[in-house]
Amino acid sequence: MVLLTRKIEFAASHVYHNPNLSSEENRRIFGKCNNPHGHGHNYTLEVTVEGEPDPVTGMVLDLKELKEILEREVMQRMDHRHLNYEVAELAGQIPTCENIARVIWQLLEPKITQGRLHRVRLYESPDLFADCYRNGAGVAGKS
Amino acid sequence: MSNAPKIELGRRYRFSASHRLHSPHLSEEENCRVFGKCNNPYGHGHNYVLEVSMAGDVDPATGMIANLADLDAFVERQVLEELDHKSLNQDVPAFREKVPTTENLCIEIYRRLKSFPKAKLERIRVQETGNNSFEYAGDN
Repeated sequence: MVLLTRKIEFAASHVYHNPNLSSEENRRIFGKCNNPHGHGHNYTLEVTVEGEPDPVTGMVLDLKELKEILEREVMQRMDHRHLNYEVAELAGQIPTCENIARVIWQLLEPKITQGRLHRVRLYESPDLFADCYRNGAGVAGKS
Repeated sequence: MSNAPKIELGRRYRFSASHRLHSPHLSEEENCRVFGKCNNPYGHGHNYVLEVSMAGDVDPATGMIANLADLDAFVERQVLEELDHKSLNQDVPAFREKVPTTENLCIEIYRRLKSFPKAKLERIRVQETGNNSFEYAGDN
C-alpha cells in the first residue's frame, strides 16, 4: 500500500461559544477564543489517500482529481468564510480543529473513490492540529 | 462502513537541552566509534520539537478532545519544566543509566505523559533536528 498526501491552505474565521453555557463558563472554557467578534486562522489541510498504484498509470489516484475534490468540497465551502455562520456542516458545533477535521473527513470520504481516504490532518497553527483516521484502522507506524 | 472517523488532537511544544551520547559499557574507542561527535566530552545541545497526539471522544459541549489549557499545563509540568534548558545526562534521573538518545528520550517523555487524565496518549514524536525525528506509541 502507498500513501499519498496533498496539502492545501485556507483562511477562515471562527468563534468558540456554547449558547447552553453561561458567559462566565464560556469565558473560562474557551478563553480568548470566546471573544464575541471572533478571530481567524490560516488553516493547513493535509489529505492522505491510501492505495495500490495503478499498473498502467503508476498512480494511486490522479492528483488533479484530488485537487478538484479539495477545491469543491473544502475551499469553496470554507476559504474566506466564517465557520460558525457560513458552513452548514458545522452548524450547532463548536468549530474546533477536531470538529472541522471530522467534517472535512466526512465530506471527502465518500468522494474519494480511487484509493481510499487514510488520514485528514488539519493544522490551525503550526503547533496545533487534529488528525482523523478511519475508525478501527491501524494508524501509520502502529498497525 | 461507518463514516465516523477516529479523531486525535495534536500539539507541538519546544524545548532546548544538552546531551552527550556515551555508554559506560563501552571503551573510549568504542564510544567514539559508535557515537562519533555526539560523544564529545562536554556534550552539545538541540532545539527539540515535541509533538503529542491525544485520542478521545470529542465533547459535544466544547468541541474538544481535551482543553488545550489543561494539556499545556500538564506537558509543562511533566516535561518542559524538567527538560527545558537542562542537561539530559546530569539533570534527568532517567539518563543517569541510559544513553540520552532521542529514542530513549521518546520513551521517557511518553512515560511522563501517559497519565494525562483527560484523554488517551496515542503517540509522541520528537524532532531532534529538522532532519531527525523519532516516534513512540508505547509497546502494545
